Amino acid sequence: MPNCGCETETMSHQILQYALSGLSTGAIYSLIGIGFAIIYNSTGIINFAQGEFVMLGGMMTYFFLSLLRLPMLAAMCLSILLTTAVGVVFERLAIRPLRNANPLSLVIITIGGSILIRGIAMLQFGKDTHSIPAFSSNEPLVIADATILPQNLWILGITFLIIAANRYFFYHTINGKAMRACSHNRRAASLVGIGVKRMVLISFAISSALGSIAGIITAPLTMTSYDVGIMLGLKGFCAAIIGGMSSGVGTVFGGLLLGIFESLGAGLISSGYKDAIAFIILLLILFIRPQGLFRKAETERV
Amino acid sequence: MVRDVNSLVKYAIFSSAVLLAPLLFSGGYLMNVLVFVGINTLLAVALNLLLGYAGQISLGHAAFFGLGAYISGVATATYGMNPWAALLSAAAAVGLVAFAIGFPILKLKGHYLAMATLGFGIIVYIVFNETVDITGGPSGLSGIPNFDISGFVFDSDLKNYYLVWAVTLVTILLSANLVNSRIGRALRAINSSEVAARVMGVNVSLLKVQIFTLSAVISSVAGSLYAHTMTFISPASFGFNFSVELLTMVVIGGLGSVYGPLFGAVLLTLLPESLRAFQDYDIIVYGLLLVLITMYMPGGLVRGIHVVTSFARSKFASEVVKNAQG
Repeated sequence: MPNCGCETETMSHQILQYALSGLSTGAIYSLIGIGFAIIYNSTGIINFAQGEFVMLGGMMTYFFLSLLRLPMLAAMCLSILLTTAVGVVFERLAIRPLRNANPLSLVIITIGGSILIRGIAMLQFGKDTHSIPAFSSNEPLVIADATILPQNLWILGITFLIIAANRYFFYHTINGKAMRACSHNRRAASLVGIGVKRMVLISFAISSALGSIAGIITAPLTMTSYDVGIMLGLKGFCAAIIGGMSSGVGTVFGGLLLGIFESLGAGLISSGYKDAIAFIILLLILFIRPQGLFRKAETERV
Repeated sequence: MVRDVNSLVKYAIFSSAVLLAPLLFSGGYLMNVLVFVGINTLLAVALNLLLGYAGQISLGHAAFFGLGAYISGVATATYGMNPWAALLSAAAAVGLVAFAIGFPILKLKGHYLAMATLGFGIIVYIVFNETVDITGGPSGLSGIPNFDISGFVFDSDLKNYYLVWAVTLVTILLSANLVNSRIGRALRAINSSEVAARVMGVNVSLLKVQIFTLSAVISSVAGSLYAHTMTFISPASFGFNFSVELLTMVVIGGLGSVYGPLFGAVLLTLLPESLRAFQDYDIIVYGLLLVLITMYMPGGLVRGIHVVTSFARSKFASEVVKNAQG
């Protein structure tokens, strides 16, 4: 068969396109995954309600925009604040009273919490799927033969900023350093006068804020409804597992890798199995390298 | 056999209640609900063996239930297999799958185990939806035949009620025997400390996989019963939400108690039926129940009731003593 090269050309073009769109979904997974990691490192808990914070961010923004007719920025800030409040209340009411419970109870508690939050959201916002307007124009931009929506750039930019801010917080502020100390050894941290309980509370606050931001920036692209939290949460967890539960670069890479794989798999293999790809990767990593892919390169665990 | 006379009497009373229940609710819609209660009880008993006794969480049990239902359904509806043979082959196939994935999955603990089983459940759910040629996809698989014994067809709710509950009652008895045996003690040892169990000579990893497999096989049988009584199945019944519902049944009823799962299954199957008007609220009720019971009643309702009655009894006894002295 004569090989004109055109087929491979379109193929590589397609791959570039898929990889580009995978990057922004991957950035979302990274943000959610970092939320998982922050709580895990300060408490040893995998917070199954993490995905619900993502849902709350998107749904509340929609609610404030369409019903209260608030301006975009105000709606976003208000929903981040409220989601953070939900995270803090959840910690105070359900997690703190159970500090010394066995992991099984903690798993069940956070699952119960996530069902509760999802149910209340369903009653409050209904079962419909909503979208919020993109942050800027909807005109696709062309970069190196591939098109990309401005919202994708917003997602990447905001994620980058947040990760930088996160790093600054954990390495250059007193609270951040205290949280890192807690993640290394809670008992030793409390012996040198760090309020471990307060650090746990802060970790829930940061995680829920991160989750809500992820939910808001992705809502214009992927739509939002009361039940988006399950899948997004699980994929964020997958990103965190790939990254070895680090709240830094590892999980970011994990998220991006997952996003790209998913997008390539959906485009080249089958879109129906898109969600299965994330879980197959999750199982493989848990079976083969439960410490994460980058354990050696990246050992910070906050 | 269960040697304790007290628990045998309890079991006898319970079994006769099950046998006689149709006299009270004969016919109509409630019979159908009671068939579901039986299937859910079977599933809750299966999950309780793993979660309540061995302390290993699974958020993927709906997958084993679904695999049983689909293997049974496809083998009979598409390939014309006998329903009983289909039930057995489904159970064998699911047992093999559970045994194979059991080794890597049960190496994980706590949160990681929860996530891995959850991931497995979702993968299976996606496969049910996507293999449209085999399973019929999201619109489901219909035309599954009823069970029959040489011409006697289990085609009414009443007949299926007795079939399902017969299996459930036998399973309750067998599981009660199992947990009171050497194996049951080994499982509880694993639950409290794997290291200690290993020191005592328990083959922890193998035993965990075995109980996981047994639990999956019982769930598969429940799935076959479901498929052949409903004659229609669709993936929606086997998703993540159902796994959580099963978890809720076991936790509410009481982890590691014989009748706890039954209690939870009855409550969680009847509650939504009686709350039809508040259909959307049932998910909130589940969430609240999970949180509150785990926080304030870690032994579930069964132990909660036991605590309350023994408290009342001791209160009453001391009153009697006081009165006698006064």
